[in-house]
Amino acid sequence: MTGVVALEVRNVRKLFFQPSPRGPAGLLVLDDVSFSVREGEFVSALGPSGCGKTTLARIIVGLETAVAGSVMIDNRPAGPPGPDRCLVFQHYALLPWRTVLGNVELAMEIQGIPKPERRERARRYVELVGLTGFETHYPHQLSGGMQQRTGLARALAAEPRMLIMDEPFGALDAQMRTLLQDELLRICEAMRVTVLFVTHSIDEAVYLSDRILVFSARPGRPVAELTVDLPHPRGQETTRSSHRFIEIRKAVSDVLAERTDYYRGDRQIGAVHHD
Amino acid sequence: MGIDRSAPSITTEGLRPEADGLIYGLTPPRSDEGFLVRHPSVIRVASVLAVLVAWELYGRALNPVFLSYPIAIAGALVELIRNGELLQATLQTLRSLVIGFAIALVVGIGIGFLMGRYRLVSLTLDPFVTALYNTPSVALIPLIQLWFGLGVTAKIIIVSMSAFFPIVINTFAGVHNTSQALVDVVRAYGATARQISTKVVLPNSVPFIMAGVRLAVGRAVIGVVTAEFFTAISGLGGLVIVFSNAFATAKLFVPVLTLIALGLCLTSLAKWAERRLTPWKESERAAAR
Repeated sequence: MTGVVALEVRNVRKLFFQPSPRGPAGLLVLDDVSFSVREGEFVSALGPSGCGKTTLARIIVGLETAVAGSVMIDNRPAGPPGPDRCLVFQHYALLPWRTVLGNVELAMEIQGIPKPERRERARRYVELVGLTGFETHYPHQLSGGMQQRTGLARALAAEPRMLIMDEPFGALDAQMRTLLQDELLRICEAMRVTVLFVTHSIDEAVYLSDRILVFSARPGRPVAELTVDLPHPRGQETTRSSHRFIEIRKAVSDVLAERTDYYRGDRQIGAVHHD
Repeated sequence: MGIDRSAPSITTEGLRPEADGLIYGLTPPRSDEGFLVRHPSVIRVASVLAVLVAWELYGRALNPVFLSYPIAIAGALVELIRNGELLQATLQTLRSLVIGFAIALVVGIGIGFLMGRYRLVSLTLDPFVTALYNTPSVALIPLIQLWFGLGVTAKIIIVSMSAFFPIVINTFAGVHNTSQALVDVVRAYGATARQISTKVVLPNSVPFIMAGVRLAVGRAVIGVVTAEFFTAISGLGGLVIVFSNAFATAKLFVPVLTLIALGLCLTSLAKWAERRLTPWKESERAAAR
C-alpha cells in the first residue's frame, strides 16, 4: 500500500520521574520510537503490558510531551491536542452526567460547531455505531460494549484525520470484543479512517490491522513490523479460520517470543484480559 | 405448605420489548406482603395522631404555662394568622434566610471552586475555612453585632456564615475529586482551561454541591432563628422570644411549628433541586431508597 503519510513518529523518547532509594530517578518507557502510518491505513501497536504503548498514544494525541523526538501529522509538527487526532479511551471515559447524544456532541462543542449541526451530526454517528434508540440514556444505563460504542461515536463525530485507539476493547468480554471489532472494521471501511490501534492481543492485532508494529518490553520500541495481507472485508468466521490468518498469527507470536518478553514473567498476557 | 409461591401469571401477549430491551405498560404481580408494608404512611399518621391525643389529654391536666395542648395551639395559630402577625414574622424570617443563603451559595461555590482548582488558593484559605467551620456561629454573634449593628444586615451575615461552610467545603471536595481521566478527554479534544471547568469540573461537582446545599439549608434555619434571638427581635425567632417572655405557651408553639414546616419545605425544595440537577444519579438514589 502506498499513500500519503498521515502520521509520523520520529525518535520519540519518554521518561517518567519516580522516587528511588538513591533519589529521584528516570524510568525510561519509550526509547527512540520511530514509525509512520499512511492515510487510510490500520496499524496496530502490539506489545506486552507496560511497554509504553498507552504513553505513546497519549504523546501522539498531545496529552503527554516526549523528552525527545517529534510527532508529525501530515508532515507538520503535531501541535497541542486537537480534533485532528482523536483518542478512544480504554475505559471509555464518558461524562456520566451527559446522555449518549450529549457525550457524542462533546468534541464538536469544544470545536465550536453550532448546535443544530452538532445535533444532526451526533445523531448520524450514534446511528453509525448502532446506538439508535439509546440517545437519551446515561452511560451507567449502558453495557460496556454500548459505552465503548458511544466513545467511538464521540471520537468519529469530531471527524478527525485519524483515530488513536488505546486498547479500546480491553475491558470488554470476549463476545463484545469480537462484535465491536467487526463494527470497527465496517466503520473504517465505510469512512476510510486512519487508525493507530494499541493492543496487547495478538489475535486482535492480526484480525484488524493492515500492518503490525511489535513493541519490545520497557523501554518500548518497535522491534519488528509485519504486514497483514488478509483480504477485506474480513469476518470472524472466515478470516480467523483462514490458513493465512493462522500463519500470520504464528509469525507475530514468534517475533514476540523471540524479541520481547511477552511470554515470560509473571504477567502472562494474551488471552487473559484482566481489569 | 399450602402457600402458593408461584408468580401470578401476567399477560405479555402482543407486547414486544422496545429498543432499550424493556417492555412497557405492564402491571407487576400483586405483592403478597402485609398491609402495613404496602402502606407505610398508615403507621406514620397513626403515630403522630397517637402523640397528639396523648398530648391533648396530658396537656389539659397541666398548668397551661408549662405545656399547652394541641387544640389551644390550633386556636393560637388561627388568631396569629388572622391578625397577620404570623405572616409578617414569616416574611421577615424568609427575607433574611433567602438573601443570606443566596450570598452563601454564590460566594461558597465561587471560593470552593477556586480552592479546588488552584492549590495556592486552597493552601491560603484552608486554615481559615477549617477553623471557622468548627466555630459555633453563635460565638461570633457579639462580634457581628459590633460590626454590623442589630438590623437586617447582621441577620443576613449570620445566615450566610451558617450556610457558607457546608457549601464551600463540598464544592471544594467536588472540584478536587474530578477524575483526571475525564479532564483528559476534553483536553484531548483541545479544550481550553475554561472549557475544562465548564464541561467537566463544574458538572462533576454538582452532586457534591447539592449535598452541601442540603446541609446548608438546615444550618441556615438555625442561623436565622439564632440571629433573631440575639439581634433586633423580629421574625419567627422574635415571636418565640416575645411569647415566651409573656408566658403565652400556646402561641409560643405557633412560630416553632412554622419553623419546622419551613425547614421541611426548604429541605424538600433542596432535594427536588438535587434531583432536577443530577438526573444521572437517579438510579443510585433509587438503589439507596
